[in-house]
Amino acid sequence: MAAPKQPVTGAGPFNGVLTWVDTRFPLISLWKEHLAEYYAPKNFNFWYYFGSLALFVLVIQIVTGIFLTMNYKPDAAQAFASVEYIMRDVPGGWLIRYMHSTGASMFFIVVYLHMFRALMYGSYRKPRELLWIIGVLIYLSMMAEAFFGYLLPWGQMSYWGAQVIVNLFSAVPFIGDDLGVWIRGDYVISDATLNRFFALHVIAVPLALLLLVAIHVMALHEVGSSNPDGVEIKKRIDPATGHPVDGIPFHPYYTVKDLFGVAVFLAVSCAIMFFAPAMGGYFLEYNNFIPANPLQTPEHIAPVWYFTPYYSILRAVPPMFNSQFPGVAAMGAAVILLFFMPWLDRAPVKSIRYKGSVFKGWLAAFVVTFLILGYLGTAPTTVWGQFGFDAFFLDTKDIATWAARVGTIVYFLFFLLMPWYSRRDKCKPEPEGITH
Amino acid sequence: MKTFLAALLLLPALACASSAGLKFDRAPVDPTDLPSLQRGAQGFVNYCLNCHSAAYMRYNRLRDLGLSEQQVKDNLMFAADKVGETMTVAMRTKDAAQWFGAAPPDLTVIARSRGADWLYTYLRSFYRDPARPTGWNNVVFPSVGMPHVLYELQGVQSLKVETSTDAAGHKQQTQTLVLETPGTLSKAQYDQFVGDLVNYLDYMGEPSSASRIQIGIYVMMFLVLFIAITYLLKRAYWKDVH
Repeated sequence: MAAPKQPVTGAGPFNGVLTWVDTRFPLISLWKEHLAEYYAPKNFNFWYYFGSLALFVLVIQIVTGIFLTMNYKPDAAQAFASVEYIMRDVPGGWLIRYMHSTGASMFFIVVYLHMFRALMYGSYRKPRELLWIIGVLIYLSMMAEAFFGYLLPWGQMSYWGAQVIVNLFSAVPFIGDDLGVWIRGDYVISDATLNRFFALHVIAVPLALLLLVAIHVMALHEVGSSNPDGVEIKKRIDPATGHPVDGIPFHPYYTVKDLFGVAVFLAVSCAIMFFAPAMGGYFLEYNNFIPANPLQTPEHIAPVWYFTPYYSILRAVPPMFNSQFPGVAAMGAAVILLFFMPWLDRAPVKSIRYKGSVFKGWLAAFVVTFLILGYLGTAPTTVWGQFGFDAFFLDTKDIATWAARVGTIVYFLFFLLMPWYSRRDKCKPEPEGITH
Repeated sequence: MKTFLAALLLLPALACASSAGLKFDRAPVDPTDLPSLQRGAQGFVNYCLNCHSAAYMRYNRLRDLGLSEQQVKDNLMFAADKVGETMTVAMRTKDAAQWFGAAPPDLTVIARSRGADWLYTYLRSFYRDPARPTGWNNVVFPSVGMPHVLYELQGVQSLKVETSTDAAGHKQQTQTLVLETPGTLSKAQYDQFVGDLVNYLDYMGEPSSASRIQIGIYVMMFLVLFIAITYLLKRAYWKDVH
């Protein structure tokens, strides 16, 4: 048995009830460990808003999702109509629906920026390898969540997008066909598929996401937050207080700072939600306002923007031995590679502030490539026209396809060559403590 | 027959492919122009709502346009008994598919998938084409299944195709629509008629859009204040951090 706890003080009339709770539940110790006495580096910059924002969007998605479920019908014959019912006849339904649809895209924007922050400041390096891996698992769960959710409105893009993605699994050699049927629960995307995707979207994946986010935060609070200088604040402890010299308690400093971040984020999201909820066809695709029609394939099938870099990679890889599997494998590998980041980066310093120009150059090339691949994934392969000449190696003359191939190679080289270029790079020495 | 049906299924795809380079005229969409929306609703129930349904749109929602339920009942409701019903049609999908090659699509959210400019240009681009079963064709949607329902208003157009060679030696085709027989409306009147109709279709695609923008302005004003307050709060708390 631990020593008896001290009574809670400083909460005025609530001292009594809090003491009662604290003797039965680790209330005060949790509060201290994760907020009031969790010491975070005091030099967080713009890029450090996106962790708390991701948590905020997750809560929004869950709450709005619950309300949408009250009127949505996961039935192939009724799904499209029930979404329009929400948009028209349910009081405030359009607002909840736009919050959810805008939230989905904003979730990915926030998480992409959060991941870019980690790449810049080496947040994945020792001792944060497990923290990073849990983060990549969260990203994978988000992709699954978004994919299952996108089928639910049962529009043309929902239907054919799901068709394309499930067919990726059908391209796996030997077991592919059975795998496809197992996922769909039918030979085509149908009512059975819609029902199971609904179950996965509203229960299975959100549960996994919440669990992963909880252990992500637990792992973070175990190793401590990284910072733009990439130095460990735990190395310099003030002997008088026993706390890091460069650290400040998360609460109240970062709770008020993140509140400001939430306010700005809400302004951006609400501007989209109220004035351009379809975001020019990127957040809500135009074709998804046509009910799903299994007999009519849309001329151009594009996934939602947050999947398009990977979709580009899929399309860039030519089929080999009459199989689409190489493209599928490349797409999978593009995501799986992220797991290995902590061991690919061999630089002596963590932060981009002290890394040399080679790493900076590769990271810049990676970001530009990711954006170009993302754009190309939204457009047909003919978007940049065709080469005016012919050659034996040109299996396709579409310029965009070749651009995507170059992009795919740059994407992979960024990771695969990292052990070499990160080690040879001329780095500056890290400072002792944070420099702001 | 089977190949004919298959071809029909591919029609919209072909239309997209061939109209990719087409410039659409800008539709005069204004969700605050209630008289235009009322005229558009009238045009819609008179000309469209015989073959096309708007199965997610309720008649009594038309109160948005400044009409009373009684006015909706008396002037706009020909195909339903109760004002709370949605705009359905009596034509059966199966029959329609047989008559036109494809069932006329529901128009509730057509403005959200096609866009107002597409609709505005499309409804003004029908021309006589004896090669088509209906006798009509469309520049925006080639080989469309729908005949020109509004020809009495617009009149009859024909298509003139001219091939010219530019300086670089590339052949260029210009398509021009020529009014052969005038209809009961002048060109300006017909454009306004279609403009009102498309304005209504745009409204029907998202009836909440007007209140969405209105609420959005208040929300943004609040958020500007909220940003200021949280910024000052942050500054006050961070005074002792160096």
